Amino acid sequence: MGQDLTIGFLPLVDACLPILAREHGFAEDEGVSIRLVRDVSWATVLDRLLYGHSDATHMVAPLAIATTLGRGRPAQPLAVPFVLGLNGNAITMHPDLATRLCPPGRLGDPAEVGAALAELVKERVALDKPIRFGVVHRYSSHNYMLRYWLAACGIRPDIDVEIATVPPPFCADALEAGEVDAICVGEPWNSVAVQRGTGTIVLATAQIWRRGVEKVLAMRESVLEEKREAVLLLIRAMCRAARHFIDPANWDTNAAILARSEYLDGDSAIIKRAISDRLLLSREGEIFHYPDFMFQYREAANFPWVSQAEWLYSQMVRWDGTPYDRTDAEKAARVFRPDVYRSALMGTGEPLPGASSKVEGSLDATTAVSMQQGNMTLERNRFFDGVIFDPADIPGYLAKLP
Amino acid sequence: MRIAIVDESAARASIIEEGLANLENCEIFIVTERRGLVARIGEIAPDIIFMDLGNPSRDVLEEYFAVSRALAQPIAMFVDESDDESIGASIEAGVSAYVVDGLSAGRIRPLLDLTVQRFNAFARLQADLAEARGRLAERELIDKAKRILMDNRGLAEPKAYAEMRAAAMNQGKRIADIAEAIVTAHKLMGDN
Repeated sequence: MGQDLTIGFLPLVDACLPILAREHGFAEDEGVSIRLVRDVSWATVLDRLLYGHSDATHMVAPLAIATTLGRGRPAQPLAVPFVLGLNGNAITMHPDLATRLCPPGRLGDPAEVGAALAELVKERVALDKPIRFGVVHRYSSHNYMLRYWLAACGIRPDIDVEIATVPPPFCADALEAGEVDAICVGEPWNSVAVQRGTGTIVLATAQIWRRGVEKVLAMRESVLEEKREAVLLLIRAMCRAARHFIDPANWDTNAAILARSEYLDGDSAIIKRAISDRLLLSREGEIFHYPDFMFQYREAANFPWVSQAEWLYSQMVRWDGTPYDRTDAEKAARVFRPDVYRSALMGTGEPLPGASSKVEGSLDATTAVSMQQGNMTLERNRFFDGVIFDPADIPGYLAKLP
Repeated sequence: MRIAIVDESAARASIIEEGLANLENCEIFIVTERRGLVARIGEIAPDIIFMDLGNPSRDVLEEYFAVSRALAQPIAMFVDESDDESIGASIEAGVSAYVVDGLSAGRIRPLLDLTVQRFNAFARLQADLAEARGRLAERELIDKAKRILMDNRGLAEPKAYAEMRAAAMNQGKRIADIAEAIVTAHKLMGDN
């Protein structure tokens, strides 16, 4: 009997793995057929998931946790058996601001750009015209990375600067119209703003947290139980897609597929740049190579570390202004499902770490880790301010942050 | 009751408006502009908002509801578990609804049903239109192919048509497919 799954996505480069699992026949080969449904807002993606129009979806990671905890909507337990990728977002500013913050031709240093920005923020507050940032969703990694960086640089989100929601396809317009001064968004939307001359890329989110969790594959917990067999096959197929995605030999082919009208409906040259960790920072500039701008496969990037969910919960506490709650923290931790990931890949060549949780941001050099299967080293994974997240003590961590 | 219809398609918005116009005690506001959406919704202070599921600004509106300090803020309609069927129908039709807390299901339900009907009616209209356009395009293609046969083989019009029909029947294809093949072949031969 054939297995099939309907998967929702937004037209972003990091929707690549389910798309390529389908297009290259990895899914069919594993024994699951995939139907993809494109939407243009996370609200609609979520509605389809909760009402059974889709079985699983490409989702900003914090939204999976917010939905489980009932933030903004009635609580519905979601499960994340697979991380679709780390990082891949950037902060793009209006060119007039960018020239004051960042030397031309390269990405800035997060601490230096932050210090310069803090001065600018003061000026704008004095003029009663606070700097305004656009992020793609309240419960997005973009929002949390941006806020993490701002706060660590002494800039208070919602007090010194405004942060508003701007849908990705409108980001370039919003910069042009002066509705926002800067955006934090995924590709291809930074590059679209650059191409139109309305933005300059100043930072990649990978500079804020070198290995920050980004999009995930989310599904309802009940659907995961019902369709577990199909999900395991999907995970294997997406791992193959991820291996294919990072191979330079496939960049042109994959960019062309993602650019098609039924997927991103975009420019394959821009998509190829993102895939190959290259960015045109400003319209007049040269292409800049920032390794691991997107991080889709190496170091078991797709493994849903429980500590990632716990970090996201810590930021939710921080920015929703709700108190830390032990029960909520446990619920949030259970959203990420390394157990499912393991059962899908046991006996394959994919590396499986021995632990399911780790201290995040603690590695300053390449480090070998103990494994359940295969061999693996983890590279540097620091936050730019050097603070380390120990999931065993979330309140202690929060107390250390500004 | 104040009802806001947020739709970038002005045509669909007016079809929905027309559907709701006869309801008593309802004031309807149409918002088709993306810019200033949040401010406009703030001014209208609606009890119910209907919004196209394909509108990227849904996330903007939800953010506004989440942070706004006003007392009666609308929340996503997908709240009442007992009403799955009607919510399912609305997602199927492509419309989302936000209602202020405390509005009874009995008052929302007929409005939602009407809106869903109107959304479906609009989708049918579009499908009919697309089909009509398709037929027109086919008709033009067949005429073009007929002319090629008439010019190249000196056939009379009825004979040219009869030949295409015979070929279609023999190959189990539609006449439009045969016509397309003729036109394509003709182009490839560079014999315009």
